[in-house]
Amino acid sequence: MKVAVWKGAAQGSFQEFDVPRQPSQTVLDVVTYIQRRLDSSLAYRYACRVGMCGSCAMTVNGVPRWTCRTHVDKVLHNEALRIEPLKNLPIIRDLVTDMSAFFDKWARAKGQFAGSRTKRDAFAPIASSSPERADIDAGIECIGCAVCYSACDVVAWNPDYLGPAALNRAWTLVKDTRDQRTVERLRAVAGDAGVHSCHTHMSCTERCPKRISPTAGIAGLKRAILKSALKGEL
Amino acid sequence: MSARGETALWIAQRASAAVLGLCAIVHLAVIIYAVQGGLSAAEILGRTRGNLAWLAFYSIFVLAAAVHAPIGLRAIVIEWLGWRGRSRTGFLVIFAALLGWLGMRAVFAVFL
Repeated sequence: MKVAVWKGAAQGSFQEFDVPRQPSQTVLDVVTYIQRRLDSSLAYRYACRVGMCGSCAMTVNGVPRWTCRTHVDKVLHNEALRIEPLKNLPIIRDLVTDMSAFFDKWARAKGQFAGSRTKRDAFAPIASSSPERADIDAGIECIGCAVCYSACDVVAWNPDYLGPAALNRAWTLVKDTRDQRTVERLRAVAGDAGVHSCHTHMSCTERCPKRISPTAGIAGLKRAILKSALKGEL
Repeated sequence: MSARGETALWIAQRASAAVLGLCAIVHLAVIIYAVQGGLSAAEILGRTRGNLAWLAFYSIFVLAAAVHAPIGLRAIVIEWLGWRGRSRTGFLVIFAALLGWLGMRAVFAVFL
């Protein structure tokens, strides 16, 4: 198959490679083959190879994907692949993006858990059947791959926008009954770079490899913000 | 803008959208009903002139549009033009006032 791979940083070009097809071949296998056999200067990022670490996401034939679990069979178009770095993040080199802004936004959305108990206190009992726990379960498996961030039109239009992953993280903490910083967090995600900028295009939900719906989390945050505003807390 | 201001705008836009949705349905239903027997300027004015219920309904319709449209336009000018600050707010306030004024002018033109 023909594989066009982005080489360079913000300025650069696509370089074409011929890569042999293999059964059960993933896009990460293709990139690794190129780097080991055809062009050792190719920069890319991966770690676990099994969809846990969130480091290998790239744009494949125009769509952001986790490459380690994307089979070539599913994405090959006219016997060709076009592999680029993730969109909406600065390119360091070739397929490697600088993810600092992405993770800084988790911090800006108050993505840190702030409990009140110490190690001397007993565990907080959270029933697995509670509605809050169910909401958290739906969003907690995020691996921080930035596929949603790369797919988000609003991030492309407004670089300050916190983005789906950071807001999803905020949502899981807002639903955490142990957390003590709910109002502060709601304030952080209600500004003009927050939830109210979301257009509900649902690209994040469509593309998330873990089948999380950040759109649902953002809608939940809007409801929580509304309640908080009506109570005069915001 | 502050979280509180942003939230207030969001609530205003959602609430005005709900009002607009209802108003548009009533507006279309009445048009379809009213044109059954033919349509003339005299017939329309006969129904609208001095009709306080009609005046109240369309005043609410105009007010909701004047609230809703500038908030939506605000998001568009931020995303497409990167326009922020006082000049943008001034533009949007003028736009809202213009919508309200033109709308109410049209309402009173057939009420009085």
